[in-house]
Amino acid sequence: MAPRAGAGRAIALAARLLISLAATFFGLLLVTFLIARVVPIDPVIAVVGEQASPETVAAAVRELGLDKPLWQQFAIYLGKVLQGDFGTSVLTARPVLEDIARVFPATLELATLATFLGVLIGLPLGVLAAVKQGRWPDHLIRLLGLFGYSMPVFWLGLMALLVFYGQLGWTAGPGRLDVFYEDLVPSVTGVILLDAALAGDWEVFGNALSHLILPAGVLAAYALAYIARMTRSLMLEQLGQEYITTARAKGISEARIVWRHALGNALVPLITVIALSYAFLLEGSVLTEIVFAWPGLGSYITNALLSADMNAVLGGTIVVGAVFIGINLLSDLLYRLVDPRAR
Amino acid sequence: MAARGGPSAWLTSETPASRLQARAVRGYLAWRRLRRNPLTLLGIAILLALVLVALAAPWLATHDPLAQNLDGRLLPPGSPGHLLGTDDLGRDIFSRLVHGAGITLTIVALVALTAPAAGLLIGTLAGYLGGWVDGLLMRLTDIVLAFPRLILALAFVAALGPGIENAILAIAITAWPPYARLARAETLTLRNSDYISAIRLQGAGTPRILVGHVMPLCLSSVIVRVTLDMAGIILTAAGLGFLGLGAQPPTPEWGAMISAGRRFLLDQWWVATLPGLAIFVVALGFNLLGDGLRDLLDPRSDRP
Repeated sequence: MAPRAGAGRAIALAARLLISLAATFFGLLLVTFLIARVVPIDPVIAVVGEQASPETVAAAVRELGLDKPLWQQFAIYLGKVLQGDFGTSVLTARPVLEDIARVFPATLELATLATFLGVLIGLPLGVLAAVKQGRWPDHLIRLLGLFGYSMPVFWLGLMALLVFYGQLGWTAGPGRLDVFYEDLVPSVTGVILLDAALAGDWEVFGNALSHLILPAGVLAAYALAYIARMTRSLMLEQLGQEYITTARAKGISEARIVWRHALGNALVPLITVIALSYAFLLEGSVLTEIVFAWPGLGSYITNALLSADMNAVLGGTIVVGAVFIGINLLSDLLYRLVDPRAR
Repeated sequence: MAARGGPSAWLTSETPASRLQARAVRGYLAWRRLRRNPLTLLGIAILLALVLVALAAPWLATHDPLAQNLDGRLLPPGSPGHLLGTDDLGRDIFSRLVHGAGITLTIVALVALTAPAAGLLIGTLAGYLGGWVDGLLMRLTDIVLAFPRLILALAFVAALGPGIENAILAIAITAWPPYARLARAETLTLRNSDYISAIRLQGAGTPRILVGHVMPLCLSSVIVRVTLDMAGIILTAAGLGFLGLGAQPPTPEWGAMISAGRRFLLDQWWVATLPGLAIFVVALGFNLLGDGLRDLLDPRSDRP
């Protein structure tokens, strides 16, 4: 009896998650559709030009389906998007989905390295702040976090370029690779670090890394501030529990209590925090990509925006939104998987 | 007690004689706790300075912020007559920064008034009415929350056209959901309390109960959240300006100024650096104040 009830609950839960996922995605498409409707650019004139005869305009209106009721237009749009058809980009004259597939690995590379750095530094800082609660390391880390939250990301990027590239010459400048190194390794994954490693070309790898380190470092600063802050508050919650007192009474070393017992329990909700920060980095990379001329999704959306290429803007928005929703769902599932109480 | 009578005793009385005195006592005690944290005081000082600078801009500015002087282009800080140097069109950077304070303040004020008001209305309605209204409104909130905020704001500005008004609108449209969630949660705890039942029995209608008796009690948590969000609003607005989608040239908006100075970054660092410093200081002020206010009202909570 009990296992069946458990299975039934799991199915009900999965169904609920799926319905909420579908509803959210439907909302995403509805909003992008409505945004496309209120754009002051006339789609008909954009296709046939300003001097077209009334017959041509009428034909174009029919062809674009603009004479149909709004809900029918939305149904057509929905069908197209679900088949992966975001239309053609005016700027590149290629299908939007193809463009996105080309630029997305660059953004992924940036956000992944930034999250990795953010966890690597932010997590120990958060633990340290919690252990030294109320003393100077705690105050210092908190102040650093506040500083981080107050800096415009594009300005921090410019300052990093000015100091580390302009003044010190420690890193490479904007872009993903020096012109000399471009197209030296075959593109397999689109992630240059991986491609170079696969081809065994460590010179390209080094050049790519020296281009990557500044933008990834700037993004990591924000991930770090957020992760450190959340780690601190989750650790404080754990350190106040009775099992910690018990462990101390048993004479277990303080390091083991902090890193194994308390952090072990704090890690479960931290998974959600890290996933969220990863999702935010994917979108937060827009400004960073512009500053570092990084040819990723953020640059793509912004450039499309500035040249009124609505198909590309909406396609990019939908992809980012879908990734965002997907990561949220994934972290939710992971949380339920890891924490036995949430099952 | 040594001090008898006088304003200090009136402000700390445990038996206030009037509603006004009760409020004054509460405010004074909150201020005394707030005052203990030097960082919060620093935040308040920064924001007061910002308001003063914005108000006194016409008198503080040494030059017309829009006046070009092509003979004096890209002068470094400390040049005679130009405290912080000039930009690529020979405009005085100090005067432009001073005039930009008002623009930043306007953006923050407009977003901070509209978005929480919308969120408060939606959240209290959903929480108080429950049922399908709650389901519909919270679904809507979840959808907007599921969007990446900056990208949604970008798409809205793309649709509405660049400009400072549309940037404000786009930020407000993407900013209300957290307030709606907060207000709904507060309303759910208030909905079944005795005093609400009492007012309802006296014949008060839903609008009256919501506006007069539910919203005021949700206000304090919403205000803390707004203070914490203001830095984010400033940064988003500056980001839109930097992308050329917010305030349009020649408006001395700080984000747009950074964007203009970006081209000379490696040779004339000050053009892009100084407006960024201004944004940083103001955002820090809001963050320090928000942090202090949050500690005051709820020492355990943390930013989501």
